[in-house]
Amino acid sequence: MYFLIASKFISNEKVIFMREIKCLEITEAVADLVKDTNYHLPEDVMEAIRLGKEKEKSPVGKEIFRQILENNKIAGEKEMPICQDTGLVVIFLEIGNQVFIDGDIYQAINDGVRKGYKDGYLRKSVVEGPFNRINTADNTPAVIHTKIVSGKKLKITVAPKGGGSENMSIVKMLKPSDGIEGVKNLVLKTVQEAGANPCPPIIVGIGVGGSFEKAALLAKEALMRPLDDSNTDSTIAILEQDILEDINRLGIGPQGLGGTQTALAVKINTFPCHIASLPVAININCHVARHNEIVL
Amino acid sequence: MELTTPLNDEDIKKLHAGDKVYLNGTIYTARDAAHARLIDLIDKGEKLPIPIKGQVIYYVGPAPAKPGHVIGSAGPTTSYRMDDFTPALIKLGLKGMIGKGARSQGVKDSIVEYKAVYFAAVGGAAALISQSIKKAQVIAYPELGPEAIRRLEVESFPLIVINDIYGSNLYNDGVAEYNQFEI
Repeated sequence: MYFLIASKFISNEKVIFMREIKCLEITEAVADLVKDTNYHLPEDVMEAIRLGKEKEKSPVGKEIFRQILENNKIAGEKEMPICQDTGLVVIFLEIGNQVFIDGDIYQAINDGVRKGYKDGYLRKSVVEGPFNRINTADNTPAVIHTKIVSGKKLKITVAPKGGGSENMSIVKMLKPSDGIEGVKNLVLKTVQEAGANPCPPIIVGIGVGGSFEKAALLAKEALMRPLDDSNTDSTIAILEQDILEDINRLGIGPQGLGGTQTALAVKINTFPCHIASLPVAININCHVARHNEIVL
Repeated sequence: MELTTPLNDEDIKKLHAGDKVYLNGTIYTARDAAHARLIDLIDKGEKLPIPIKGQVIYYVGPAPAKPGHVIGSAGPTTSYRMDDFTPALIKLGLKGMIGKGARSQGVKDSIVEYKAVYFAAVGGAAALISQSIKKAQVIAYPELGPEAIRRLEVESFPLIVINDIYGSNLYNDGVAEYNQFEI
């Protein structure tokens, strides 16, 4: 639906058409997305798991892959969560500058999370205070990242994140002289120390550059990339491959029981940074790498 | 091998790191918040809401059951968060723990000293594991929601022994076999 913003509100008297998106539509979309993403993994993740099973050298590791594939089949068919930890919901919004929303978009999203987690029999895993630990009982609030883009569309990406793998993630401010080797070393140490905790086979999202908080966001965004894409920066593409190979030579294997397939993919997103800094964030995801999106 | 709860010292002596076990019988769920409460009761010398001697605790916060289902998806949570609480429970006779991820030295020492076992279930295989759970009932702390203590009846719950009373640790042995890279 398109409508006219009254010209008296526009300083240069230009007539601007805005596209209206109703909060109700956003709520419904989020409710459907959180359910769907907890029952069905994206096809690129499923394919990476199938490939991992073929490549795994350890018989125990192969058996773990078999159980993961069987689990994901049961979850899809019965529409039950792939993992009982249905996560804290992380949401990325891309809001077109010509989109008009008829209310509070953050409330609309949290209404969708509440509805989806209730109707979908998903676990409520959020506590209202980091110290009082009282469960909010509806899995709200979501963590919402907002970006304004040009256009008339609204893109919503939902990515429920489990606690086990999130707890193994870090941000570290390296020195510029630490360079590529410093980043590699930090990633390998982080993955080795995490061991079985984040439910390998894992996916490693790495953010390099920006500021302290930007690096963390880059790492999380890296986890949203299709697993079969390749980085447009050839240096970074090679680094992603190098780190993946080194991680898999650590021998941690599926569920940390030993094997050759510890990580399914390594994704690195970069950003310009201060002359004094080399911020690095490592966000680990388990094999239940849930994310799903809709464009309204 | 098949194993049925409650467990005694003879059962525990048979188990070695790397053994595949199918567990049957009654087990109890408890994770972070429930453990804190149990330890608080032990410190105060009060009665616990669950039996401990010979029992097995499963570190899990299940998803809600859909209508007609016994339980929702119910895979293991990461065990190290319970490490500070576990030795006191093992000392009281707890025989088994089910979770995922490495344990502290304190837990491993208690396993050897008091004859207990630490099993791993496959993290993220929660829908598959739920098929092994035949009954589920909240028996303490319902206000904790997913963290309430539940009594479960399980049949052929697939597990693997990680830490045994002989001091073996499958996480070390399994990884050593495939490690080709020192950082």
